[in-house]
Amino acid sequence: MKSIIRIMAVLRKEFLQLSRDRLTFGMIVGIPLMQLLMFGYAIDTDVRNLTAAYADEADTHLSRQFIADIAASQVINLGRRVETVQDLNRLMDAGAISIGVYVPEDFDRRIIERDRSAVQLLVDGTDPIILGVAQQLTALPIRFDSQTALVPVPSMEVRNYYNPERRSAVNIVPGLVGVILTMTMVMFTAVAIVREKERGNMELLINTPIKTPELMLGKIIPYVLIGLIQLVIVLGMGGYFFKVPILGSYSQLLTASLVFIGANLALGLLLSTLATTQFQAMQMTFFVFLPSILLSGFMFPFDGMPPIAQYIAELLPLTHFNRLIRGIILRGADISSMWDELLALLAFMVITLTLAIARFSKRLD
Amino acid sequence: MNSRAIAISATGLTRKFGSLIAVNEVDLEIPAGTIYGFLGPNGSGKSTTIRMLCGLLTPSAGTATVMGMDTVKESEALKQHIGYMTQRFALFEDLTVRENLRFISEVYALPRAKRRPRVDQLLEEFSLVAQVKQRAGTLSGGQKQRLALAAATLHEPKILFLDEPTSAVDPQNRRDFWEKLFEMAERGTTILVSTHYMDEAARCHRLAILDQGVKVADGSPKELGENIGYNVIEVVADNPNGARLSLSDNPAFTSITQLGVRLRVLVSKRVPDALGQVKLNLREAQIRAEADQVFPDLEDIFMAVTEERRKGLAI
Ligand SMILES: Nc1ncnc2c1ncn2[C@@H]1O[C@H](COP(=O)(O)OP(=O)(O)O)[C@@H](O)[C@H]1O
Ligand SMILES: [Mg+2]
Repeated sequence: MKSIIRIMAVLRKEFLQLSRDRLTFGMIVGIPLMQLLMFGYAIDTDVRNLTAAYADEADTHLSRQFIADIAASQVINLGRRVETVQDLNRLMDAGAISIGVYVPEDFDRRIIERDRSAVQLLVDGTDPIILGVAQQLTALPIRFDSQTALVPVPSMEVRNYYNPERRSAVNIVPGLVGVILTMTMVMFTAVAIVREKERGNMELLINTPIKTPELMLGKIIPYVLIGLIQLVIVLGMGGYFFKVPILGSYSQLLTASLVFIGANLALGLLLSTLATTQFQAMQMTFFVFLPSILLSGFMFPFDGMPPIAQYIAELLPLTHFNRLIRGIILRGADISSMWDELLALLAFMVITLTLAIARFSKRLD
Repeated sequence: MNSRAIAISATGLTRKFGSLIAVNEVDLEIPAGTIYGFLGPNGSGKSTTIRMLCGLLTPSAGTATVMGMDTVKESEALKQHIGYMTQRFALFEDLTVRENLRFISEVYALPRAKRRPRVDQLLEEFSLVAQVKQRAGTLSGGQKQRLALAAATLHEPKILFLDEPTSAVDPQNRRDFWEKLFEMAERGTTILVSTHYMDEAARCHRLAILDQGVKVADGSPKELGENIGYNVIEVVADNPNGARLSLSDNPAFTSITQLGVRLRVLVSKRVPDALGQVKLNLREAQIRAEADQVFPDLEDIFMAVTEERRKGLAI
C-alpha cells in the first residue's frame, strides 16, 4: 500500500515535470517526425528533374537520338545546349547545373567500337543524391535508329550502400519505430535519472524511505506512455505519408512494442547507474544506438553481415523487435510464430532491470 | 542535559576518498534534544560526516548509531526518523512549493487524510502561503531554505541534520531560522547543524570544531573558551597595523587577528602574565594602545585549536 503511494508520487512528479519541460516534450514529438520524414524521403531515390545541360560535339543522328532519350526519361531536366565541354564546366562551377552531359565528337565511333565509354557525365559529386541519379542515367540503353535493338552503354556497376535491398519507405517505416524508440527511450530514462543526480535531487530522494524498485517504476511508467505516443506518431504518419499498411493485429503490435519499450527503458536505467553526468549518459546512449542502427537489420540486411556482427546483433533488442514488427506490420504474421523473438526481448528486459536495480544504490558511494 | 539519552553517537568514524582522508576518526556523543554544531571551514569534512550519519555514505572505518540504529546496517529503518537538509537546494525547481511538499508527504507515505493538512500547516508555519503556486526554482534564498526545512521536517523526524542551512540567507532570515531551530529543540528534536559562521556556532548548545577531517575540539561554547590553552588579549590601537607589526615579532604571541581597530592576540597559558607582556611589548614599540584580557570567542577558539593541531603535526 505504501509502495503504491510512493510509486504514484514519483509518477505524478514525473508527469508534472515532463509537462513543463518543453525541450523534452518537443523531442518526444519532434524526433519521430523528423526521422520519419528524413528517412522516408531520403530513401526514396526517385529524384526527378535535376537541372542539367549538354554539349553535343558530335551532333550526329545517333547523338541527337541519345539526347532525346535522356530528356524523355525525365530523370534530369536537359534545359540548355552549350557548345563545348568547357562551357559545361563553367556552368557547373557557377552552380547553374548539377549534371552535364558531354557527347564527344567521335561518339558514333565509340559506340560502335565499344572500347571507351561513349558519353561523359559531369556530376556535382558533393551531393550523393545527384551521384545516384547519374548512376541511374548510365544504365539507360541507347537505341540505334536503324534497328530497334537495344545496345547498353558500358555502364559502371551501381551499388547503393545505403539501401541495398532497394527498400522503399514501406520497409523503412516499421524499422524506424524501433530505431526511434531505442534512441528516445534509452536516452530519456538515462538522462532523467542522471539529471536528478546532477541537480542534487537524488541526495534528497535516497534519504527518504522510498525503495529502489518503487523509484524506478515510477520513473519508467511515464516513458512507457511516451513510447506508445511515438509508436502512434510513426505508424500514423507512416500510413499518411508513405501509405504503409498495418497488416497484422493491433494488439500484437502493442504487445511487441510494450515489451520492446520495457527493454529499452531498463537499459536506460542501467546506463543511468553508470553515468554521473547527463553528457556521459548521452554518450552511452549513442554507444548503444549506433550498433543498434547498424547491426539490427535496419540499415544492412542481417544475412549479409559477418557472423561476429550477427552475434552482437542478437544481443540488441532492436534486432529482435525489427523482426517482430516487420513480421506483424508487413507480413501480417502472428506473434506466436515469432515467440522466440518476444522471449529474447523479455529476457533482455528482466536481466537489464535486475542489474539496474542491483546497481542502483541508495547511497552516494 | 547530560542525563538525557544519547541521540547520535560515533566512534572512530572515518571516510577516505582515494588517498584523501575526508573524515578522520571522529567520535561523537550527542544528547537528545540538543542543537549540536559542526564548525569548520570548507572541506573540513562536515558534509561527509553528516552523510555518514544519515546512512548515505559508508564509513571507511568506525561506526555510528543514530537513535540506537546502526547507520550502515539499519539505514533504511533510520530514514523514517531522520530529516536531512542538504547543503545544496535539493527540491525540484520545476515543481511549485505545494507540489514539492505534497510529493514529500507521499514519499513518506503519510496517511491520506493527514497529507494535505500537514502541508498546509507547514506552509503556514514557514510563511510560504503566498508562494504555494510558485515554482521552487524561482524562490529567494530565504524562501528556498524555509521550503527545504519544511520538507525535511514534514514527517516529524526525531533527528534533523542541517548542512550549512543558512549559507544563502540574509541576516533577518537567519535569525528567524534559528528561532525555529530552538523551538524544535525544545519540543525534543535533536538537531545537528553544520556551519562556518562563528556567530551561528555560538548559538549551539554544543559544538565540534572540525579541521581537515579531524575533530579538534568539542563542548559547549563556554567550555571550549575555558579549556583552550590560550589567553586572549584584546588590543585597541589608533594604529592597529603598527601594533600588529610590533607584536608579530614576539614568538610568545601565537596569533594576532585584526578586526578593524581591534587586535586579538592569543598568548599561550604557559606564558606568565600575558597581559603584561603585551603591554610591555606595545610600550617598547611606543605604540599608544589599550590592552585587556577578554573571554575567548569562537573565532579565538577556532584559531587556537587549529593552531595547536598544526603545531602537533609539525612535531
Ligand atoms: N564524493 C567525493 N569524492 C571525493 N572527494 C570528496 C567527495 N566528497 C567530499 N570529498 C572531499 O572530502 C573533503 C571534505 O568534504 P566535505 O565533507 O564536503 O567538507 P565540508 O562539508 O566541510 O565543506 C573535501 O576535501 C572534499 O573535496
Ligand atoms: Mg559541506
